[in-house]
Amino acid sequence: MSGNRSQRPFWRRPLLVAAALAALWLGLPPLLGLRGVYLATDVLLFVLLAGVLFLGAWMRRQRHLREPWRRVFHQKRAAVSAVVLVVFAVIGLADSIHFRKPLPPAPGAAETAWSVEVLSVLDVLLAHLREREEQTYSAPLATRLYVRQPVERGGRQVREYPRLRHGGAHLADPERQWAGDVARLALAGAGGGLALAALAALGLVLLLARARGESLARTAAGVWRGEGPVPWRTVLATVAVVCAVAGVLAGLSLHYHVLGTDKVGTDVLYLSLKSVRTGLVIGTLTTLIMLPFAILLGIMAGYFRGWVDDVIQYLYTTLNSIPGVLLIAAAVLSIQVYIENHPQLFETATDRADLRLLALCVILGITSWTGLCRLLRGETLKVRELDYIQAAVAFGVRPFVILGRHVLPNVMHIVLIVVVLDFSGLVLAEAVLSYVGVGVDPATISWGNMINGARLELAREPPVWWSLVAAFCFMFALVLSANLFADAVRDAFDPRLREQPA
Amino acid sequence: MNGKTLLEVRNLSTWFGPQDRPLRVVDGVSFHIGRGECLALLGESGCGKSMTALSLLRLVPEPAGRVVDGDVLLEGEDLLALPEMAMRRVRGRRLSMIFQEPMTSLNPVLTVGYQVGEVLARHHGLGRRARRRRAVELLAAVGIPDPARRVDDYPHRLSGGMKQRVMIALALAGEPDLLIADEPTTALDVTIQAQIMELLGRIRRDRHMAMLLITHDLGVVADHADRVAVMYAGEIVEQAPRDAFFSEPLHPYARKLFAAVPGFRRRGRRLQTIPGGVPRLDQAFTGCRFADRCDEAWDHCRAHVPREVSPAPGRTVRCHRFDPEVAAPPAAEAAPPAAAAAGAAPAAGGPVLAARGLAVHFPVRKGLLRRVAARVRAVDGVDLELYPGRTLALVGESGCGKTTVGKALLALVRPTAGSVVFQGRELTALRGEALRRLRAHMQMVFQDPFSSMNPRMEVGAIVEEGMRALGLGDAQRRAARVRALLEQVGLPAEAARRYPHEFSGGQRQRIAIARALAVEPALLVCDEPTSALDVSVQAQILNLLQDLQQKLGLSYLFITHNLSVVEHLAHEVAVMYLGRLVEQGPVEQVMRAPRHPYTRALLSAVPVPDPQRRREIIRLQGELPSPLSPPAGCHFHPRCPEAMDVCRRDYPQWSEVEPGWRVACHLQTSDVRSQTSDSSDSGI
Amino acid sequence: MLAYIVRRILYAVPILVGVNLITFTLFFVVNSPDDMARMHLGVKRVTPEAIEKWKRERGYDKPLLYNAAAEGLDKVTDTIFFQKSVALFAFRFGQADDGRDIGHDIRQRMWPSLAIAVPVFLVGILVNVTVALMLAFFRATYIDVWGVVAAVILMSISMLFYIIGGQFLIGKLWHLVPISGYDDGIDGIRFLVLPIAVGVVSGIGSGTRWYRTIFLEEINKDYVRTARAKGLSELRVLFGHVLKNAMIPILTGAVVVIPLLFMGSLLTESFFGIPGLGSYTIEAIQAQDFAIVRAMVFLGSVLYIVGLLLTDLSYTLVDPRVRLQ
Repeated sequence: MSGNRSQRPFWRRPLLVAAALAALWLGLPPLLGLRGVYLATDVLLFVLLAGVLFLGAWMRRQRHLREPWRRVFHQKRAAVSAVVLVVFAVIGLADSIHFRKPLPPAPGAAETAWSVEVLSVLDVLLAHLREREEQTYSAPLATRLYVRQPVERGGRQVREYPRLRHGGAHLADPERQWAGDVARLALAGAGGGLALAALAALGLVLLLARARGESLARTAAGVWRGEGPVPWRTVLATVAVVCAVAGVLAGLSLHYHVLGTDKVGTDVLYLSLKSVRTGLVIGTLTTLIMLPFAILLGIMAGYFRGWVDDVIQYLYTTLNSIPGVLLIAAAVLSIQVYIENHPQLFETATDRADLRLLALCVILGITSWTGLCRLLRGETLKVRELDYIQAAVAFGVRPFVILGRHVLPNVMHIVLIVVVLDFSGLVLAEAVLSYVGVGVDPATISWGNMINGARLELAREPPVWWSLVAAFCFMFALVLSANLFADAVRDAFDPRLREQPA
Repeated sequence: MNGKTLLEVRNLSTWFGPQDRPLRVVDGVSFHIGRGECLALLGESGCGKSMTALSLLRLVPEPAGRVVDGDVLLEGEDLLALPEMAMRRVRGRRLSMIFQEPMTSLNPVLTVGYQVGEVLARHHGLGRRARRRRAVELLAAVGIPDPARRVDDYPHRLSGGMKQRVMIALALAGEPDLLIADEPTTALDVTIQAQIMELLGRIRRDRHMAMLLITHDLGVVADHADRVAVMYAGEIVEQAPRDAFFSEPLHPYARKLFAAVPGFRRRGRRLQTIPGGVPRLDQAFTGCRFADRCDEAWDHCRAHVPREVSPAPGRTVRCHRFDPEVAAPPAAEAAPPAAAAAGAAPAAGGPVLAARGLAVHFPVRKGLLRRVAARVRAVDGVDLELYPGRTLALVGESGCGKTTVGKALLALVRPTAGSVVFQGRELTALRGEALRRLRAHMQMVFQDPFSSMNPRMEVGAIVEEGMRALGLGDAQRRAARVRALLEQVGLPAEAARRYPHEFSGGQRQRIAIARALAVEPALLVCDEPTSALDVSVQAQILNLLQDLQQKLGLSYLFITHNLSVVEHLAHEVAVMYLGRLVEQGPVEQVMRAPRHPYTRALLSAVPVPDPQRRREIIRLQGELPSPLSPPAGCHFHPRCPEAMDVCRRDYPQWSEVEPGWRVACHLQTSDVRSQTSDSSDSGI
Repeated sequence: MLAYIVRRILYAVPILVGVNLITFTLFFVVNSPDDMARMHLGVKRVTPEAIEKWKRERGYDKPLLYNAAAEGLDKVTDTIFFQKSVALFAFRFGQADDGRDIGHDIRQRMWPSLAIAVPVFLVGILVNVTVALMLAFFRATYIDVWGVVAAVILMSISMLFYIIGGQFLIGKLWHLVPISGYDDGIDGIRFLVLPIAVGVVSGIGSGTRWYRTIFLEEINKDYVRTARAKGLSELRVLFGHVLKNAMIPILTGAVVVIPLLFMGSLLTESFFGIPGLGSYTIEAIQAQDFAIVRAMVFLGSVLYIVGLLLTDLSYTLVDPRVRLQ
């Protein structure tokens, strides 16, 4: 704040990190003979990441923010959810680095032609899932299709459950070998996962020991007994569980469709993992977009009052009065018409879907800034009556300096709480909106689209349940950990803040 | 003293916070109260006196706090051992309590009658009719006018004083043997305080009811207590009958408390202060807990916990000096006589600041078109002059508009009418940059040391802010000046790198003063700068303000309701009532022989820490009327004991008693018939 | 009081004008009527004649804001803005794309919506307040701690799963009630049980948690200490004092949604096949019937503003401290 600290400026390190990441992101694809694709949401996610880095570095210097954060991470529940959230974030980020592969050079073409298929790093990692498509439904870990197909057998048409093209294809006699094979793969996967977790634990203990200047054994014993304010033991246990589960999934996915396949034969595990990015984008970018407006308008309305307040209040009352879903529907429909009438604007289908995703974020942002704005206005009204604002006025400090130096830092905790609280609501909203038909593009893989596609499958006889269950589990894990984390944040920063459920 | 003991408390301990490092908020407290006796529990904030009271009723907020040890014997029955069900029959029936904050202690959505009736139903099993009749009687007994109507009112319709009366009625409804009054008048104005304390005293005598009076005010103790128990850091350090205590307090802490009270007696001299602060309570003490702040402590005090000894019948004290088994201390040096401050600097030259007909009205909008339907006349024609190096005290009860005067003088609130001339320039006409420039010369120190500093800024940045805003000096010069300022107000220079919450209330008020001084003002408006502080800390701040005035030649406008502070340091005093000044003059004359009936009533209501000085309290009827519709004629006439016909018709003109001392009262004109000076038409 | 109500109603006018401007911009400015026609008729290979015909049938063949060709007052009134947006103020909703009268549809479909929404609303408040009171009574014990965790778990589940799960378990596996459908009169109750149950259960998580914080906030106030000092039992303190105060934010927070109950629930109605306004809206969205969406937006705004007004009025009823002026 007052820049006369002798320490290095807080932004030095995050700036270096962000610059290095940007250089990698821009420089690597050409080196690997790929063409980098930078979708609008990719870029915004990168901006967000850089912003989080800067904010983190700044908050480390701000005692009133650092202390509550410390309290957050001293809670076991919050630490566990943070680990889960990090896992989701890593998946989402891996799915946000996009590129196109070169097509095999056509004879006589001077320039390299690029495939229209836009891939992400996650796609590459999950190539074996993405490419192994079946004909149609198959149950989790199945070796045969879930529906009878007409098969030519001995010159006669019979209807039977044919073997899958990929799932369990390596087994000669699936009925006898299946159980043993699944157990072997699962165990191997779990073992690998746990080994990874052990490595992570070792790394953590090494870092801790260095930071504390203790012997390795002492630190390890301390962590093992659960000593110290940060629940490292719980964190490590969570890491172990996550690694083991991931290991089992990975092991089985080598030869099976762990979560089955959907109507067109796509692996459901692949779909579930790809949906993570969509959920994260909606949950975070929406906030990023609305934040500047909400903050600026909120504290301006509260501080200046008078006609400024009237105008801003009018603005948000008007927006608030339109039922949220309808405003979103109206806006999305309009944009949909616009996109359909201007197909020439988009190079690939991914581009198009991405624009629609971004538009959804913007629209959700427009409908959701009012809540934060009103909270900030109310808090600013309280803060402006405090004597230190009067003292600043008595010194002749200019209004916008007062806003920046005295008001904003004292309402910042509300911004933080609301951002964290809103995240889970937005992830849930995506599913509903996609179901209603005003969510993400039907081509975008998302939990909402998965549910939408699968809801009639329960009515089948026998029911196809795995798509829904998969979407449910992934969404639940993300939303629950976000909610638990948000609870901890609110308790640490301002337990009295009430937000009415939508 | 009554022979029969009603309540006996033995070794009561109440702890708060974590199991492994609890705060010993009440740490082995023992006392007793006889039937019909009033015991005052005296102590500064945070000493554990309220928690002691809550522990008696077993109302300590759980699970944060818990009574860990001790006995509370009510007529021999141990309350701490009772099952909760039985304890409920004690609460409100045999032990009742009234709380400090009447504003929040009543349920806002239930009628007054219902809340009183609840006790009657609970403990006397009265039916609906009988309950209501009794509630009306009780309200009448506590002096609420028109009780039959008030019984159906909701609490928000009552003023603070009336609410406290309702609380008393509620506490009396169960006809308790012991009434616990926790700072019953701290939140109230001095005239209302006098009414409430008188009511409590009368009720106690009539019903022969015992009372545990919790207070920080020596004056209240002198007026009402039979015996006194002084509490410090969770422990009772001295117990004595009132008169013995006031004639000779024994414990060094008690003696310091007396010496810190401002007033005429110490005028012009530095007040005694208690250095340092209350020790942390999350430790088991191995010595006397006052030793670090005590002038008379010696090695023995730090190494041994003092036991309670009885130097005289009926008196106990926890101090090694009075323990016959402790070897006499090395002869204590007589405390050096407090350096006498130089007399008041004479008024020289013209005024720094002069206000003429200053008025601040706030519009009240009503109706369909939000037309201005009425005006709150917060300040309604005030004339003031401040001279260099002098202190003008602006005195009045809450809601009289004194704070608004201060803000209007600094152009923090725009005056509706009138002029403010500062160093020869008309302030009300200035706008923008010119006004910003002039702000350097006048600053404000606020009442609440906790809300007056941005908690998100380091102290250095807080002190520096004014210099930065006005572009004074470069970063280095400013940093050096911050260090110098902090030292000037008695704080270490390292304080600049810390945050406000790391400092106590008194230290924060020092920082606030440093911040104001940073821009080298000629005038400081001090808005109740010590009213949120304990008396020993208040003394430190008053001393500091006096030192600074002498060194820097500052003028102070000292806004306060505390008349003893006025007596201590002001040169002139102006008394304000309902937006207007009613009396103005040199402090010695006005305080010793006030002319306006309001000033007289105000002065008579102040409790004096001296039981020998019986004084006649002039009782004011009713309460401060709304500034929305001040009474016709003299604003004070509805409450004035000496109101005449003319008072109801005309607002009195100023009349001069002596040069520089004037009164706005018809009594004055009719008595003295001195020439009416300066017909200020109160610029409406 | 009356002046207050009148003023509030006058304040509503600019808000509704704003709402109309927003919808008008979204529906007619971002995309011209030509664009809409083209989309409805299939983007490729549409003839200009077909577009004209589509526009004429729906009254979109007029200028947006100003009709230079018309005479006198018609210059302003014979426009899309006037016909389609301003007319809403008179609650003239016009016709849907399939030619049905929207106003008539709304009046008919309102009742099934209310049949679901009102019970969900009332039972929901009752259940949530009860559970929250229980948690508040057992505050700082394990019951409270795990109750809050359970609430967080419940609110982490998407509404979609409550509906799908409810339908699957109760309807399909256990065959207790029909999965979906609607019927008038007493017979219809068996269709309503499941959607109402799902609606209540899905709201327990967030509702309970919110009410619990309100109760805890009240419990820490000074007047509660006074009540205890009177010798009242904890239950009497809770019901006689805390509940009365906590009901102020709870009731006034609930009042704002009462008018919106007319609008029904989008998801519940469409999943359970209930012919209410919620499913009406969803169908319109999916069929991209802008006339209906516009009507519902306007209706929703009006109801919301009514809700705000009712909220303020309800304060005067439940809180003796509030007087409107």
